[in-house]
Amino acid sequence: MKQIVVISGKGGTGKSVITASFASLAKNKVMADCDVDAADLHLLLHPAIKETHQFSGGKTAFIDQERCTQCGKCQEVCRFEAIANFIVDPIYCEGCGVCFHICPEKAIEMTDSPSGKWFISETKYGPFVHAKLGIAEENSGKLVTLVRQNAKSIAEKERKDFVIIDGPPGIGCPVIASLGGIDIALIVTEPTLSGIHDLERIVGVAHHFGIKSLICINKYDLNLILTQEIEKYCLGNDIELVGKIPFDISVTEALVRGLPIVEYSNNQVTEEIKNLWKKILIIFKKDISH
Amino acid sequence: MKRREEWSLSKILNNREKKMVIAVASGKGGTGKTTIAINLALSLGNVHFLDCDVEEPNAHIFLKPEITHAEWVNIPVPKVNEDRCTYCGKCAEVCAYNAIAVIKEKVLLFSELCHGCGGCSLLCPEDAIEEIDRPIGILEKGKANSILFTHGKLNLGEALAVPLVRAVKRASPEINPNNSQAISNNQVTIIDVPPGTSCPVIESVKKSDFCLLVTEPTPFGLNDLILAVETLRKLRIPFGVVINRADVGDKKTDEYCEREKIPILMRIPMDRDIAMAYSQGIPMIEVKPEYKKEFLNLYKKMEELTGG
Repeated sequence: MKQIVVISGKGGTGKSVITASFASLAKNKVMADCDVDAADLHLLLHPAIKETHQFSGGKTAFIDQERCTQCGKCQEVCRFEAIANFIVDPIYCEGCGVCFHICPEKAIEMTDSPSGKWFISETKYGPFVHAKLGIAEENSGKLVTLVRQNAKSIAEKERKDFVIIDGPPGIGCPVIASLGGIDIALIVTEPTLSGIHDLERIVGVAHHFGIKSLICINKYDLNLILTQEIEKYCLGNDIELVGKIPFDISVTEALVRGLPIVEYSNNQVTEEIKNLWKKILIIFKKDISH
Repeated sequence: MKRREEWSLSKILNNREKKMVIAVASGKGGTGKTTIAINLALSLGNVHFLDCDVEEPNAHIFLKPEITHAEWVNIPVPKVNEDRCTYCGKCAEVCAYNAIAVIKEKVLLFSELCHGCGGCSLLCPEDAIEEIDRPIGILEKGKANSILFTHGKLNLGEALAVPLVRAVKRASPEINPNNSQAISNNQVTIIDVPPGTSCPVIESVKKSDFCLLVTEPTPFGLNDLILAVETLRKLRIPFGVVINRADVGDKKTDEYCEREKIPILMRIPMDRDIAMAYSQGIPMIEVKPEYKKEFLNLYKKMEELTGG
């Protein structure tokens, strides 16, 4: 069983559109959405939720006003500016518990903060594990790990060949949680200076964790000069460029209809994504034979 | 004639007492946050620009500031004085992030998990833990013409973005009145917020007077807009919507905003010239100067909505 994650550094480069197409093209796989604080893949995979689980990522301090003598110790030690007027703001509380330990009146309790839900669903493409982080909650990294563990265990139990993961944007904690133990990170970029800047950073992160990266340029024809720059970058850094997808309005049309693009149109975009998946399969096979 | 109108409008806007702190956020990535933030900043002029997307900062590509100051941003992590340590295990017990383990006569530190809360050092009965700085990223300040510029760059492989976001925000005197180093020029502050709705986003938008939510009229854009709206309602920050690529996709974003009584403050159509300029790091008002007036109007609308 192989795990592939689609990431990008920069948001909005087309991760979910490509992941949903892989869902349609790949056989015998489990899908996972690790962009837990702005999950979108469900809009294309149309899951029927089979299991819903609560996720509690951490604790939140709560001050019992009857016990509190307003000594102010808690406010003094809190480094997250979470306590004002002897009330904890759960949005800013990072659950460190220092106030709980320091309070001389034992007036502070650490309560479980319900910080999200995660789901195991059935789709016409196979099992799908996804999540919804609570509004303004933290610990998205832990929720990503939970989604991944469950996707992997389903894949092992049902003898699936792949876990295909839609990753979050950025390079921080949820991205790092998405990269652990991954076989291939497909990095989707676009030919803009911002895209290239962010590409170099996410490649650096994947490299830092020893993850094999592949690069795909989306909307490559929007700026052919910068596309060439990315091609040079790939060559110079010994990273395989596995796809160049043109810009086409049909991608948005498919999105509006709730379909993976490969099921909506037979145009160049679909052709390129099909080739992209074929190349990834070949790379997986090579890896296995080594 | 048009010029004079713009000039007088920006003069009126610059004459206010307390200046607004405006966050530009989106939920979904790639909808045009940075485009809106930098073009608003350039249209207004004389603003303080904070790029809080420390994971993937992009605003400097467009504003091209001259960086005049750079410093490491650190978080305090524990360092154990083995001479004093009795291996009682109290530090490991109080650490909520599993950043310390005590095994027999050995203290193991996992600094990358440490949030810098200071609990271990405060609660160690032997006073055996001091805190040392661990760099997580770099803070850079500079100037691009009349725009004061601050951004942060998270180190590659670093998970914790929030302390760096906090450091970027402290650079603004409008947000941090205790900042004696920053001279309050009585400037508007514009914050470029990272995508999503989790902790770095909260830290970026917190204490703003107004938040612009940039979206695109697609199912992904709408889904993530709704999440962003719920987040801002929870934070009790007033907000309005900018619809980018307003002529592609469907009408559902408009319908949602109408139903929820959310003001749509600006619409920008899909435009290949704007996209091309964006790709090259050129601000859209340079290729489409007619938008400058629209950005000044956008600011005026925000002022009206915040009771200015």
